[in-house]
Amino acid sequence: MSETEREVDQISGVETTGHEWDGIKELDNPMPRWWLWTFYACCVWGLLYTIAYPAWPLISASTSGLTGWSARADLDADIARAEAANADRIAAIEAASVAEILADASLRTYANAAGAAHFKVNCVQCHGAGAAGGIGYPNLNDDAWIWGGSPEAIYTTLRHGIRWEQDWDTRLGEMPRFGVDGVLSRAEISDVAWYVVSLSKPADDAPAAARGAALYSENCAACHGALGEGIQDLGGPRLSDAIWLYGGSHEEIVAQIWEPRLGVMPGWLERLGDRGVKEVSVYVHGLGGGEPSAAE
Amino acid sequence: MNENITLTGLGVAACVVLFLSGIAADAAFQSHMLVIFFVLALAFLVMLRRVDFAPAGTAVAKPAQGYLDGPIRYGAIATMGWAIVGLLAGVVAASQLAWPDLNIEPWFNFGRVRPLHTSAVVFAFGGNALIATSFYVVQRTCRARRWGGDLAWFVFWGYQLFIVMAASGYLLGITAGKEYAEPEWYVDLFLTVVWLCYLAVFLGTILNRKEPHIYVANWFYLAFIVTIAMLHVVNGLSMPVSFVGSKSYSAFAGVQDALTQWWYGHNAVGFFLTAGFLGMMYYFIPKQAGRPVYSYRLSIIHFWALIFLYIWAGPHHLHYTALPDWAQTLGMVFSIMLWMPSWGGMINGLMTLSGAWDKLRTDPILRMQVIAVAFYGMSTFEGPMMSLKAVNGLSHYTDWTIGQVHSGALGGVGMISFGAIYFLVPKLWNRERLYSLRLVNWHFWLATLGIVVYAAVMWVSGIMQGLMWREYSAEGFLVYSFVESTAAMYPYYVMRTFGGLLYLVGALIMAFNIYMTIKGRVREEDAMGAPAIATPAE
Repeated sequence: MSETEREVDQISGVETTGHEWDGIKELDNPMPRWWLWTFYACCVWGLLYTIAYPAWPLISASTSGLTGWSARADLDADIARAEAANADRIAAIEAASVAEILADASLRTYANAAGAAHFKVNCVQCHGAGAAGGIGYPNLNDDAWIWGGSPEAIYTTLRHGIRWEQDWDTRLGEMPRFGVDGVLSRAEISDVAWYVVSLSKPADDAPAAARGAALYSENCAACHGALGEGIQDLGGPRLSDAIWLYGGSHEEIVAQIWEPRLGVMPGWLERLGDRGVKEVSVYVHGLGGGEPSAAE
Repeated sequence: MNENITLTGLGVAACVVLFLSGIAADAAFQSHMLVIFFVLALAFLVMLRRVDFAPAGTAVAKPAQGYLDGPIRYGAIATMGWAIVGLLAGVVAASQLAWPDLNIEPWFNFGRVRPLHTSAVVFAFGGNALIATSFYVVQRTCRARRWGGDLAWFVFWGYQLFIVMAASGYLLGITAGKEYAEPEWYVDLFLTVVWLCYLAVFLGTILNRKEPHIYVANWFYLAFIVTIAMLHVVNGLSMPVSFVGSKSYSAFAGVQDALTQWWYGHNAVGFFLTAGFLGMMYYFIPKQAGRPVYSYRLSIIHFWALIFLYIWAGPHHLHYTALPDWAQTLGMVFSIMLWMPSWGGMINGLMTLSGAWDKLRTDPILRMQVIAVAFYGMSTFEGPMMSLKAVNGLSHYTDWTIGQVHSGALGGVGMISFGAIYFLVPKLWNRERLYSLRLVNWHFWLATLGIVVYAAVMWVSGIMQGLMWREYSAEGFLVYSFVESTAAMYPYYVMRTFGGLLYLVGALIMAFNIYMTIKGRVREEDAMGAPAIATPAE
């Protein structure tokens, strides 16, 4: 069909362009006005925007725009504003002890929020998002504290770590390898383990538990206490409750006595700074089981 | 003659690849070459069995007339097959997000399945649909036989080999680390050859045309082929560590590399997934609706505006990064100006139905095409909106982006391709009609529901994710950790998997329908739109 043959489409009453390809024709409708004007409006808006904001590249820099806006300056201003708003509290926390922070509602609120933020970045990997811990990683929500739950004790633990060799003042608690090193026989370890089970619930093997009592006093009481109540200064966990770091079944206790697993936590001073350590201490202290300050 | 060339080519290529496997510099390259060797060897054996041993001269020369539709038939089947592979990989990847235990190390972990999904859907399914339909459309609208004879077969099989090389490479852990451009340097080089042949076939046909004008669909197809060639070559510039090794390093560094990558990435969307499929839309909607294209003038203006503006919009993928502010501004401004040119295609598609809207009741294929254009319009509004820095600050890196891509990909690209295949298959195999229109209707509703579920879920989860990431306490600290936002996503991950599953089931129904149509079966069923209660006979 020649292109000069324009015909009128019967349904719409609009002329076609006269072209035809494989039976497809084209109507000669104008562009919808709303479409055209919206397109123009977008272009005008775009042009104005490029005048207001950094946009056109020049030889060594770009136009900076009438507003002088820049993403970096914007971010810097944001951070400066947040820091200025809390400058007083930040300075006060730098100077105060954890117990003093806890005693001041405003400082405590700030330190708790900061501590939570640090915790979510640095601590959840082992202690869990809800701080409930897991096998080998203590639950921080309860009132069982291996190294003490006072603000001072938590601060010391966080600052220096546990068995963290880089820090000379780290918390060191060593449990002998009773089985591997041959201190106790296999039968003796089983008896002691039954005794340890009996501290928190009736043991299945009562005679064995009875035999284990004497062994316990000789070998374990020095760190775990005569009644298994634990000794925080030595890092000897309490054995008379239902909270277990490496499991509370007879088998699991035997395994721990035979060859103890001794967990490590890094000291956080280098990573978080002294203020950060204080803030995390406040947060952890407030999770549920914090003990009163030793100073009180 | 041609058989000899093919056999020789395949045989030599298989030997070369086996040799490369022997002198490989790294284990991944060695495994990859072995995989490719087995593919080539299999192809060689298949070809060998097809050789016609009639004495030279007695073989009857096939009449060289009419359109050349062989590769198009294969293309239609390949499109269908890759659609299922790609959608299945998508459902697997979505399930892995919801249930991480499904990450099967090392070959099927999320990091390898995800590029498998995106490449299988975009390049294998979408690419085959584009190649097949473009070969069909260009011949009909130019009234010319396809140029280049058997070169189109090389394009078809070469492209399938590219897909297999890319996909097997991903699973072996070979990646260039560039999104949507993951294949490594040697696969890139091979694709370049195939793509230039594709360009030659398409352009040659247009130059041989018997129509005075070039139809709008062909403008879009040509823009797609030319631009993808340019994008692929520039973004693929890299230096291999070894010429018998699987690792290369990009020619660009730092933020320049990032900008090149997103110039490529955004225009892969713009020219592969938009221009190409608009070409498809411009042929198959007027054909299916039996109506003229709404406005010639609109098609000219929106075509040139679209291809001029799209190419600059890439920097909006790098808002609030090391990219200089000025480049971010320009990326955003061009994206906003792109809104109406994108919508030009939607308007022309939808308004072409004026005078034929009643057909939507009885023609589920047309309904599929219309919903495709509607989803295209929705995602091309959402896209510019998300390029605004204020919106992007919330939406970037969240599931919202993925939701937007899927409303465009499942809704726009997928549906328009399904419509085209439903249109093509009866014509290509000379069938009176499809096996069943009612199954098309089922496909339509399953797919539409799947998209709606998917997109809605992703809006909710994406915005939730963005809000959680930026939630500050009164003291100025982030309230949520990243892992808390991940845990909060779980129900949405499950629902999204369900949406994808609906879409996959629709595609399986389609595959069955297409299979039966090709076999020449026709299902006895009530016509679409027939009243539910049969009128009593007189």
